[in-house]
Amino acid sequence: MLKCRNVWKKLAPLARASSTVCRQNVRRAGLPNGRIPARVPVAHMSTGPTGGGGENHLYVLLVGAACLGGGIYAYQTIKGDQQRYQDRINEISSRSQKAATEEPTTPIQSEPPAVKASKTEAVPEPETQAAPSPEEPSPPVPDVELAAAPSETAEPPPADEPVVEAPQEEAAEPPAARVVEEADEPVVEAPPEEAAEPPAARVVEEEQSPPSEPSPAELTEPPPAPVVESEPTAAAAAESPSAEPPEPQPEVVAVSGVDSTPASLKVPSHTPYLLIGGGTASFAAARSIRARDPGAKVLIVTDEPDLPYMRPPLSKELWFSDDPSVTETLRFKQWNGKERSIYFQPASFYINPEELDSAENGGVAVLTGKKVVQMDVRGNKVKLDDETEISYDKCLIATGGVPRNLQVIERAGEEVTQKTTLFRKIDDFKSLDKVTRNIKSITIIGGGFLGSELACALGRRSHESDLEVIQMYPEKGNMGKVLPEYLSNWTTEKVKREGVKVITEALVKSVTCKDDKLEIQLKDGRLVKTDHIVAAVGLEPNVDLAKSAGLEVDSDFGGYRVNAELQARSNIWVAGDAACFYDIRLGRRRVEHHDHAVVSGRLAGENMTGANKPYWHQSMFWSDLGPDVGYEAIGIVDSSLPTVGVFAKATAKDTPKAATEQSGTGIRSESETEDTATSPVASSTPAPAMEQHKDDYGKGVIFYLRDKVVVGIILWNVFNRMPIARKIIKDGEEHADLNEVAKLFNIHED
Amino acid sequence: MSSIREEGKDQIIFVTKEDHATPSSAELVEEDPNDPYEERGLILPSGEINWNCPCLGGMASGPCGTDFKDAFSCFHYSKEEVKGSECLEQFRAMQECMQRYPELYPQEDDKVSETDKTSQDSASAEISGANSTSPTVQDSNTTQPNTEGSVES
Repeated sequence: MLKCRNVWKKLAPLARASSTVCRQNVRRAGLPNGRIPARVPVAHMSTGPTGGGGENHLYVLLVGAACLGGGIYAYQTIKGDQQRYQDRINEISSRSQKAATEEPTTPIQSEPPAVKASKTEAVPEPETQAAPSPEEPSPPVPDVELAAAPSETAEPPPADEPVVEAPQEEAAEPPAARVVEEADEPVVEAPPEEAAEPPAARVVEEEQSPPSEPSPAELTEPPPAPVVESEPTAAAAAESPSAEPPEPQPEVVAVSGVDSTPASLKVPSHTPYLLIGGGTASFAAARSIRARDPGAKVLIVTDEPDLPYMRPPLSKELWFSDDPSVTETLRFKQWNGKERSIYFQPASFYINPEELDSAENGGVAVLTGKKVVQMDVRGNKVKLDDETEISYDKCLIATGGVPRNLQVIERAGEEVTQKTTLFRKIDDFKSLDKVTRNIKSITIIGGGFLGSELACALGRRSHESDLEVIQMYPEKGNMGKVLPEYLSNWTTEKVKREGVKVITEALVKSVTCKDDKLEIQLKDGRLVKTDHIVAAVGLEPNVDLAKSAGLEVDSDFGGYRVNAELQARSNIWVAGDAACFYDIRLGRRRVEHHDHAVVSGRLAGENMTGANKPYWHQSMFWSDLGPDVGYEAIGIVDSSLPTVGVFAKATAKDTPKAATEQSGTGIRSESETEDTATSPVASSTPAPAMEQHKDDYGKGVIFYLRDKVVVGIILWNVFNRMPIARKIIKDGEEHADLNEVAKLFNIHED
Repeated sequence: MSSIREEGKDQIIFVTKEDHATPSSAELVEEDPNDPYEERGLILPSGEINWNCPCLGGMASGPCGTDFKDAFSCFHYSKEEVKGSECLEQFRAMQECMQRYPELYPQEDDKVSETDKTSQDSASAEISGANSTSPTVQDSNTTQPNTEGSVES
């Protein structure tokens, strides 16, 4: 009150002065009337006689009203904040519920074990939470109420969607936890607890509403800042008025399990092993790291929504499946009936990113839907697209690539691009499957591995439906850049027999959309009309991080330039499609095959755990083009090199189909860490009897030479002999007679 | 009789079975067993277990990886008359862990070993059970180095 008095004393003259001015104005206004404004309607000053005492009362009233108004405003803001917070939480939970239901593999089964195993403190907390926190030492009454309130909301606990729970539980957690724990526990349960720090501090001070706000709000806004910073900031924040929105609490890097629990957006602030990209190379590296470093904690960050999966079946086996729900299950049957999923491991293999720090035996966590946009090599940290920062000890870049597109299509406008598919991911497979069921004609532009495999897969489908499948490319035959001309021509004939209309030496000049149909104009004048286009014209390696990280990009092959040990810079390795590496035997190259991703990923993982081994084990690749043509290859297989092909007369036994039936494993060629079903199509029509023709390239071996040294080998319809091929390339010897070398393969045997 | 044809830079040779009947005169470089760059099988030259062997599939890297490594190491270094007889505890722990992840380690009835079997049986059964249940694991002979995890039938 004393204060008030002083303020009043100061304000009074001012008030009087302003009121005087006001009265003067009124007088002037009322001048024509010549009246004194005792009761001038214009006057805003309400009430009373214009005496001095009256003035005092007036001013007291005014100031009082102002104070009251301010108080009401403050109160409403706080209430509003609370309401906003509640709305926010509801929105997030509804969002998460939607997302969670979309996820095919629910996190629930992984949640209990993970939760039990790793959440040492977290789990008991919410439980004790439900029981009032009088158990907790020293919480002031407001804290109990505060704890009780969120714990009620946390009522539908772990049994239900862990997704929705996470925010509430953690909201409940902080108050109780905070009271118990000290502020200096940055690592383990730190995230929720640091979230708790400001709440608890504030609770001590005054309002209860704001504390519950920041923690969940922080959870919902997972922006950056290392854990350490949260301490001083939280303390500072605690002092500032409670009306302050949670924004300034960015440092709560509470972890989020995005892979299977999309709602809780918490990310570990530090991970010993960070793998950027969630594909084959990344998974192979994760496995390698876990095998070699006991208890390793590995975090995979991927911008795809899916867990790591293998790509080859997307253009082969999945199309041959009889299961109508294959686009959902993504399982394929191998020849011997053994089924497997394209995912390397089911969701239960991985742990949630939020549990990574606390996992006793470590584990592999996958953060989906997040893209790394910046890399700070000096500070050993990366920044995600949502501003979160993650620091690492060792980092692998396995970002793969993005399918290339034809410029003419890109420029052709939205109508055309909407009818064009660039095929690489699961989503592309799903959408292409859907599209091909509803159209009459599809054109594949590109004659390489992907284009030819898709053409054959769709060609087979065309037998059942009346889908017209066209394949066009600039070369003279399928796989024209890989196979020598005679073999490429032979392959093209086989592809045609699969039901594909092949247009060779086709250069696309323009693509337009007319009457809901696409018209492809070729440079030689031919016009092709079709409903949908699949562009399989190559892969652009993803080197987005090169600039921010200061990494070298190779100008010849594209991709990050790395040494023979796959290292780009200290603590940074690159593997898979994106790596342009030095192959001790074959020179600098960049390889875009599945097995290479596995081999290089595994090697990178080994080197990240201190192995220092160069790229030495040569990776292989394979392709199947229908039931008659299948081959495995290794090394540099470039049709511009001179080749020597040694062929045997084939019998009906020498097809990929027969090979798998015989060996009974359903696996013709395998990548080193994963079985991949590569057995070809179950052909409804029996394979035509092989002609005893001189030019019948039934099976054999083709050597690719560079300066008389064998640098590449194709095993043509000859299987299970890759080790010999690998050995020959490793030796790097000049062989005078390659026929003698071919003898090593026993091509006449099965 | 083999026939040879040239098509530009490419040479094509057709051979009959008889042509290839004689042993090859091509010389291959001798393998160095201690080459540090080479991919190793399950057992390294030093006698240690290569946990990164493709033959193990995901056993050493999954959620039960630690338990698996403990059990298998114990078995591997066991000098008992009945190999691995002192490792029951580790195998039990490993089995418990695997039961928690039925998706990853599918339990096939006759493969799940019981703890009252002799430890050698249980050890080999565990390994073969684990091997056969994991789709990625080859039929590997755990004592032989498996130089190529892939492709060989």
